[in-house]
Amino acid sequence: MNLAMLLEMAGDGGGDRVALGPRPDGLTHAELLARAQRAASWFAARPGVNVGMIGVNSDATPICLFGAAIAGRPFAPLNYRWSDDQLRRAAARLAPAVVIVDEGVAARLGPLDGVEVVERGRFLAEIEDAVPLTAPAGDTAAPAVLLFTSGTSGDPKVAVLRHENLTSYILGTVEFMGADEDDAALVSVPPYHIAGISGLLSSVFGGRRIVHLEAFDPEVWVETAGRESVTHAMVVPTMLARILEVLDRDPDVGLPVLRHLSYGGGRMPLPVIEAAVRRLPHVDFVNAYGLTETSSTIALLTPDDHRDALASPDPAIRARLGSVGRPLPTVEVEIRDAGGATVEPGLRGEIWVRGEQVSGEYLGTGSTRDDGGWFPTKDGGWIDAGGFLFVEGRLDDVIVRGGENISPGEVEDALIAHPDVSDAAVVGIPDDDWGELVAAVVVPVDGGDIDPVALQEWVRSRLRSSKTPAVIEVRDLLPYNDNGKLLRRQLRAELGLPR
Amino acid sequence: MQLKAGTRLKSSVCETQVMVVKAPSGDVDLTCGGAAMVVLDAEPAAGATLDPSRAEGTLLGKRYADDEAGIELLCTKPGTGSLWLGDTPLAFKQAKALPSSD
Repeated sequence: MNLAMLLEMAGDGGGDRVALGPRPDGLTHAELLARAQRAASWFAARPGVNVGMIGVNSDATPICLFGAAIAGRPFAPLNYRWSDDQLRRAAARLAPAVVIVDEGVAARLGPLDGVEVVERGRFLAEIEDAVPLTAPAGDTAAPAVLLFTSGTSGDPKVAVLRHENLTSYILGTVEFMGADEDDAALVSVPPYHIAGISGLLSSVFGGRRIVHLEAFDPEVWVETAGRESVTHAMVVPTMLARILEVLDRDPDVGLPVLRHLSYGGGRMPLPVIEAAVRRLPHVDFVNAYGLTETSSTIALLTPDDHRDALASPDPAIRARLGSVGRPLPTVEVEIRDAGGATVEPGLRGEIWVRGEQVSGEYLGTGSTRDDGGWFPTKDGGWIDAGGFLFVEGRLDDVIVRGGENISPGEVEDALIAHPDVSDAAVVGIPDDDWGELVAAVVVPVDGGDIDPVALQEWVRSRLRSSKTPAVIEVRDLLPYNDNGKLLRRQLRAELGLPR
Repeated sequence: MQLKAGTRLKSSVCETQVMVVKAPSGDVDLTCGGAAMVVLDAEPAAGATLDPSRAEGTLLGKRYADDEAGIELLCTKPGTGSLWLGDTPLAFKQAKALPSSD
């Protein structure tokens, strides 16, 4: 199976449904297919191997994604927010390649050996005259998408997602043309994020109209969701927090048409999701956990799981609101200890995953799966008696205090739950007696004043003394990347700590 | 014929095309509308006609499977014939309803 076939089927079976853009004059599936086929022959006529893209969300994203697939070329969207130097180095790694760019990017890149840089406007105009390429779909094991990982833990690696990885994810999770005619999905995650790619594929195969935000902005998100009658959206945790701030300023905005909001791409603080459920009671919430290397979602907490957790008097079931739900039926998840042995439910370890959608493979270094096909996520976690998966964040971030493993997320949740605290980050600091101590950086709410001693007492009363921050520093903001991931390395450096 | 995951097949008597999602090992007798299916770029079986008793049709995007035999097909183009494995019609497989997550 090839990504191109997903769009071919949608082109045949999508009828007059709009695939992309505003309803009256958006592109139908057949029109999107025709443009992708023209783009494919334009790509095929060029000497490059890879099709790169540096730009915000636009019609060009799905046209390049599917066009590259039809032409048998890997598609590699890059992070346009990178520095000129980072972008140059990343683009050079794609050579030989053609790279479609937004206005102004060509000057930032400068000349690069083996890289042809073409502005989006010229690309979209030139493909209008191209002869559609309808070559039979190619090798299912060929690379379809190359994604540069966010690099919060070092230089970016390039994850290789093959056609069989992405299509098995789509076929296993999306009913063909299963969306209602009036459905519309608001895609605001950037195209270089796995959720941006999987969101396009899911919506096209499911027949759900895609509305793009060029880049995320909470005011524009709320306004677009209302104007375009958006029914479905996916956001990362920081996006949801900022959307709620906009909604809190204007209690009359109800987003009555929105009925499904999925979130993922980072740990969602419990107070944020609880506030979201209160503010948007008519919306179904889904928490999805996945990695770039797993072709998006591998576990999800369904709307019913959310309701059950919120309504339950049983603390073990209520705690599931902080879980990522259960694995997809098409993947297997295991928790293993440091020695590689599978552990019992309730015990912590590393999350391993296996399934056809799992690539676990990087350009240059190859597969990191073991002989049985299992991929180590480098995320710590545990599974409860009901099979619900709890993710505790990157294993590298776990604080070891006197032999006790402390997950920063748990302490951050406790801090954020305090009414004076709007955001919090927890890191370990070296200590001669304990190995590491818990240190917290907290951001006060607007006009708020934080008393560190009272805040320590607050955490101690909720968790236990070993998890209480020994040091609390107050700051105006925390460093995040644009996908909402906390940059712990940067924070550590700012605090003068070793990385 | 021998099947392999990813292989595309077409009907000899109608517009139906399928892609093999799961393939059993060994030879299979796979028919559509009563006539042997062939690989996509091959000539249709000569002189074949649609068997009216095997003409319930295929639906685009639906999966047809026989879990016991270990076969699963995805309909990539609909037609008027029905898919059979030997003497057994392939059942329409209800996709597991998962909430959208991206």
